[in-house]
Amino acid sequence: MTGFFTSVDEVAARLAEAGYLASDAVATTVYLADRLGKPLLVEGPAGVGKTELAKAVAQVTGSRLVRLQCYEGVDESRALYEWNHAKQLLRITAGRDETWDQTRNDIFSEEFLLSRPLLTAIRGDEPTVLLIDETDKADVEVEGLLLEVLGDFQVTVPELGTITATQRPFAVLTSNATRELSEALRRRCLFLHIDFPDEDLEKRIVLARVPDIDDTLATSLVRVINALRAMELRKSPSVAETIDWARTLLELGAEGLTEELVRDSLGVILKHQEDIVKAGQRLELDKL
Amino acid sequence: MSVADRLTEFVQVLRAKGIQAGPGETVDAAAALEVLGFDDRERTREGLAACLIRRDGQRAVFDSTFDLFFPLGVGIPEQARHEHLTLDELDDRLVAAFAADDESALLQLAGLAVDAFGQYGQGGSGTSGWSAHQTLDRVQPQTLLVRVLAAMRAQAGFTERLDRDEIRRRIERFRELVRGEALRRVAELRGRERLSRSAVPPTPDQVDFLQAGRSQVAEMRRMVQPLARKLATRLAARRRRAARGQIDLRRTLRRSLSTGGVPMTPVFRKHRPGRPEIVLLCDMSGSVASFANFTMLLVQALRDQFSKVRVFAFVDGIDEVTHLVTAGVADPAALGARILSEASVIRWDGHSDYGRSLEEFSDRYPDVIGPRTSVLILGDARNNHGDPRLATLAHILRPARRSFWLNPERRDLWSTGDSAAHDYASVVEMHECRNARQLGTLVSRLIPV
Repeated sequence: MTGFFTSVDEVAARLAEAGYLASDAVATTVYLADRLGKPLLVEGPAGVGKTELAKAVAQVTGSRLVRLQCYEGVDESRALYEWNHAKQLLRITAGRDETWDQTRNDIFSEEFLLSRPLLTAIRGDEPTVLLIDETDKADVEVEGLLLEVLGDFQVTVPELGTITATQRPFAVLTSNATRELSEALRRRCLFLHIDFPDEDLEKRIVLARVPDIDDTLATSLVRVINALRAMELRKSPSVAETIDWARTLLELGAEGLTEELVRDSLGVILKHQEDIVKAGQRLELDKL
Repeated sequence: MSVADRLTEFVQVLRAKGIQAGPGETVDAAAALEVLGFDDRERTREGLAACLIRRDGQRAVFDSTFDLFFPLGVGIPEQARHEHLTLDELDDRLVAAFAADDESALLQLAGLAVDAFGQYGQGGSGTSGWSAHQTLDRVQPQTLLVRVLAAMRAQAGFTERLDRDEIRRRIERFRELVRGEALRRVAELRGRERLSRSAVPPTPDQVDFLQAGRSQVAEMRRMVQPLARKLATRLAARRRRAARGQIDLRRTLRRSLSTGGVPMTPVFRKHRPGRPEIVLLCDMSGSVASFANFTMLLVQALRDQFSKVRVFAFVDGIDEVTHLVTAGVADPAALGARILSEASVIRWDGHSDYGRSLEEFSDRYPDVIGPRTSVLILGDARNNHGDPRLATLAHILRPARRSFWLNPERRDLWSTGDSAAHDYASVVEMHECRNARQLGTLVSRLIPV
């Protein structure tokens, strides 16, 4: 248990202070992860605020944020630690009057260890939020590595022994589900699916991020966004795009949504031509 | 019943429905209940979901089971004891609730509706119960659309045109609530465990695709996961072996610069084994729909193993549906429905026409099939006595590395009636593929080891 929060309401309130409006599901799960000391696996469509959640938790709890960005080919030496070979060589050439045993013991000590995110998160004494971003992009082998780290919050370096966390990091894993994560990894985590927010929450998000926008305009633009999401487009507009659109409309000096405005600014929210065409038909926008 | 008993029974039922929660998860769930308490039902729900669910697709099953085990209330809703609604009164209140998008009112009305219109049989006898179907049949919420529209007319403007779709979604939501309420009452009557057990079908891997019901397809889906996993391990083993190749001298020297010219870590030349590409042609007509839906679930599970998966659906026209299949839709029936509604697979009368579809494929997608492609055709080859166009098929498949036709019909039914199975079998290797077991064997042969 990391012990950042004392109630679900507190989670929601403090996240809101950091500008992250959490749904009930999000607040509850964050609170649970905090109390049970389990990593949190967050899935959901792009742009619903999975990474933002980790950042917000770090911000409101005053923790250090350690981020491991996963990509195809990320490996142990990028995720965990590696030995600083150049420095080791320098050490070997510099010290001439000592025995081999002394040198050998010396060059595999902490001084020559380069901590990568996972080890950094575990070794620190201060409260830490460990964000493992886009876990699904990493290869299957990396998952094996994560099992030890996330299960017991410890790392084994052969030359140094096992390093266990004195202060458990609050771990957040995000995934867009481009690849199915292994059952073993999922079992170690609490699971949270963040979906697009409901209309009411999304409107509050828009009002929080774009304070100058008119209330009725915000209501109707969120309704249009929701209608678009129900259309099963190739790329549904995300919350980020809702905010972009709100800013655009504000910039254009719009007072209410009109057919013309929507037609002209559809490109801000939809990123595929076929989506634009489809949305145009379904929203009954006149042909250009 | 104690909380621990109820929780373990709940987990048992989830397991029976395909959510693989182990003892560890149950312990977590118990800890979550301790932390969260029961004050707020929705929070309890979210907390248990976080502990017991492992992926998105499981949420619907979880929610309906949760409603069964942790019901909102027991017996008749508080209000219904005092009032007995007529259909007209119910309609009026529904219209108001739909117009205001008032979820809690809808929930209450669902309870009232089932109470007033959903009961059948005599109380106490074995044949009585509650029926969502009967309730919805009498209430007919979909007919209220126009009235709700009228009630919402207050705010005019651009978003007016969205009203219709939104109301439809709310009505659908109400139907779900009614179904949940009826289920809950039946559970109260008959016992939760018996109810959930009767919903679990037997021996999934040998059920014929063509006869499989909705729930059985879900059951089969569970068997896909280990199969995909097995294939993944086989592929990984192959890659590791291939990685140990010759030393790459240029890169070894380049890397040695950081260690003062001492080549501390030799770099090996990597072989990149060509990962196979797969193209699927799926008959989506009614007769083989459950088969095709299921196979596409398999493709979803396999899509990381193949560097490229493309899926085409046809009835009497053909269209690419890759983006639909790979978008992570969990429910096979919904996926099938989406394909039929969003892709242009029906051009004429909705009877399968293999010949015409093949012709169109050859015209529209001439470059899809290349030397690294494995092609799978899924269908019963029932061509409605049309021209099978064997030459077109042969032309399409010529560049492919391998091609198979999977036929969900029994071999002795091939070429009976309007089936052109043996004609096509002369052009492409055709296999009988009636159940998940046969399919598993076939697909493992597609990945060369």
